Amino acid sequence: MGQQILNGVFVGSIYALFAVGYTLVFGVLDILNLAHAAVFMLSAFIALLLVDAGLSLLVALPAAVLAAGLIGIVLERVAFRPLRDRADSNISGLISSLAMATVFEAIALQIFGPDTSRFPQGTFPDRTLQIGDATASLLQLCIVGVSVVLMAALTLLLGRTRLGRHIRAVAESPRAARILGVDVDRAIAMAFFLSSALGGAAGVLFGLAFNSISPDVGRSVELKGLAVIILGGMGSVPGAVAAGFALGLIEVFTVAHLGSSFRDAVSFVVLFLVLIARPRGLFGRAAAREA
Amino acid sequence: MRLAPRWPVPLALLLTAVACKDQGAPGQGGAGAGGGGAVIGAALSLTGPAAVYGSQQRAGIQAAVEEVAQGGGPKLTVLIEDDSSTKEQGITVFQKFINRDKVSAIIGPTLSNTASAADPLAQQAKVPVLAISNTAATGITDIGDHIWRDSLTEAQVIPGAFKKAQEKLGFKTAVVLYGNDDVFTKAGYDVMQKALADQGVKVVGTQTFAKPDRDYNAQLTALIAAKPDVLVVSALADNAASIVSQARQRGWTGPILGGNGFNSPAFIKNAGGAAEGVMVGTSWNSLSQEAANQKFLAAMKKAGVNPDQFSAQAWTGVIILAEAVKQSGGKTGREDINAGLAKVKDLDTPLGRFSFTPGRDAQHEPNVQQVKDGKFQIVQ
Repeated sequence: MGQQILNGVFVGSIYALFAVGYTLVFGVLDILNLAHAAVFMLSAFIALLLVDAGLSLLVALPAAVLAAGLIGIVLERVAFRPLRDRADSNISGLISSLAMATVFEAIALQIFGPDTSRFPQGTFPDRTLQIGDATASLLQLCIVGVSVVLMAALTLLLGRTRLGRHIRAVAESPRAARILGVDVDRAIAMAFFLSSALGGAAGVLFGLAFNSISPDVGRSVELKGLAVIILGGMGSVPGAVAAGFALGLIEVFTVAHLGSSFRDAVSFVVLFLVLIARPRGLFGRAAAREA
Repeated sequence: MRLAPRWPVPLALLLTAVACKDQGAPGQGGAGAGGGGAVIGAALSLTGPAAVYGSQQRAGIQAAVEEVAQGGGPKLTVLIEDDSSTKEQGITVFQKFINRDKVSAIIGPTLSNTASAADPLAQQAKVPVLAISNTAATGITDIGDHIWRDSLTEAQVIPGAFKKAQEKLGFKTAVVLYGNDDVFTKAGYDVMQKALADQGVKVVGTQTFAKPDRDYNAQLTALIAAKPDVLVVSALADNAASIVSQARQRGWTGPILGGNGFNSPAFIKNAGGAAEGVMVGTSWNSLSQEAANQKFLAAMKKAGVNPDQFSAQAWTGVIILAEAVKQSGGKTGREDINAGLAKVKDLDTPLGRFSFTPGRDAQHEPNVQQVKDGKFQIVQ
């Protein structure tokens, strides 16, 4: 029991970290960035390349996260900014992000091939710790730790800094923000940077955790991430965190007690039921504020 | 509206011409008939989850073709195509071999899963197929009288392997983890379950996974909590390496028994230290001193390839087809080779003295191997 909770928290922390970035862009732009899972995958490969080149993980992880952030800025420039002033920018943005996802996956396929790549043995010290009746590897604890720290940092950044205020202002109303002197383009670009950096961090951690990276690795989190942000309430960062851990736990207990064939089914049934009872998701904003 | 009379006529003529040209080359002859020797298609998984086997098979086939040529055997040309470890691509490759390349026989495909979908096409076109790694007990050679295999089935290997393992380890309870979305891993599970029951071993827990899964912690935690004597796994090498690593991380120190999917150096490489002690049944004895095996080992060494069961079975496949051509008096038509295959008996191969059963399955002695110091070692 204790062990399964730990397993759930562990995989949930990766889902949450992935979804936080996903929901951040949605909160700011009201657009789903479907290339988020591709950034997740690319970042894992970048970290792998750096580790293979002989760098320590302590250097490779931040470098890959930074690279993911920069990919996010490119993504925003190429796939979203040119469409922003169009009347149908929500749908066209969705589709252009899907196109970018395909492009990213094709690039990875060209460079790394379709087979599973792995971090070399000893990338991370192989040590296990006993917590009550559960065993956790040092790697798992570090992954949960890094995820929580990054999510806390994002919350602080959004709540307490000037940049955070700008991003929130743009989320509320781009036009009002611009009148008040906020550089809207810059705020949106920064939101993409943060979002993709967090998605990239989740990718590296996922790659380390299960030690298998392939160009389609994003698919393991793509739909789950979407479920997490809908369950948490579209655009809500605390909602994504809570829903990420919740779905991680649900998944683990489903697999252990109902079988792996139901791995995703139960998560989506829960999502369905929550949406019937609370259409806005767990932490969704009330409709009145958007009016 | 006026019908456009000008285009359909030349278009129809063109189509007819193409269709006639296609029929011009009769399917029965075998394209190699003109150049002498037999053209053989090999559908191997060079990419995808089964790529670790496919690359070994390619090495075995290429070395064997060279060997046959040097030994003055019948001339063989082997066309190798990638089936991407999927049914869809396997079907496409088979269609290409049968209709475009007009091959005399087909080797492969790597996975039983793919074979179950692609072999019926060859059976229908009466092209003999020699499977070199399909181990699902049913649903392969029973597709029809043109489907053969040189790989022992899980049903032939696992009961013996488990019996030997039980003699060594003395386990009484077991838990089983298997992939339930693949013909081979599911069939392996069925055989394992029966073997365990026959040996009086109690199964105290069963869990499943799917091929794309990467996280097995939930299943392993539940299985380990049942406190079994042994962990039994039916998985392909890619999944197997992750499962074994995660089981060791979850604190499992007991023995692990695997199915045929584990029989690859890639499994040991990817699982690293976690692979130590893993036991698995195999149809190839790497230590065999027989001349046929030594010749195979020397050829692999020359090619710079780490030999394994899959390259040995692939090599054997080419040797068997060469023998079949010889048995049919050097004729390379599809039916000639099919008739020749039926006459192959007590052929010396790296797998041992090889014959087919009346059901066109392989017949020779299986072995058990265990990972020690990062290598498979035969358990005597």
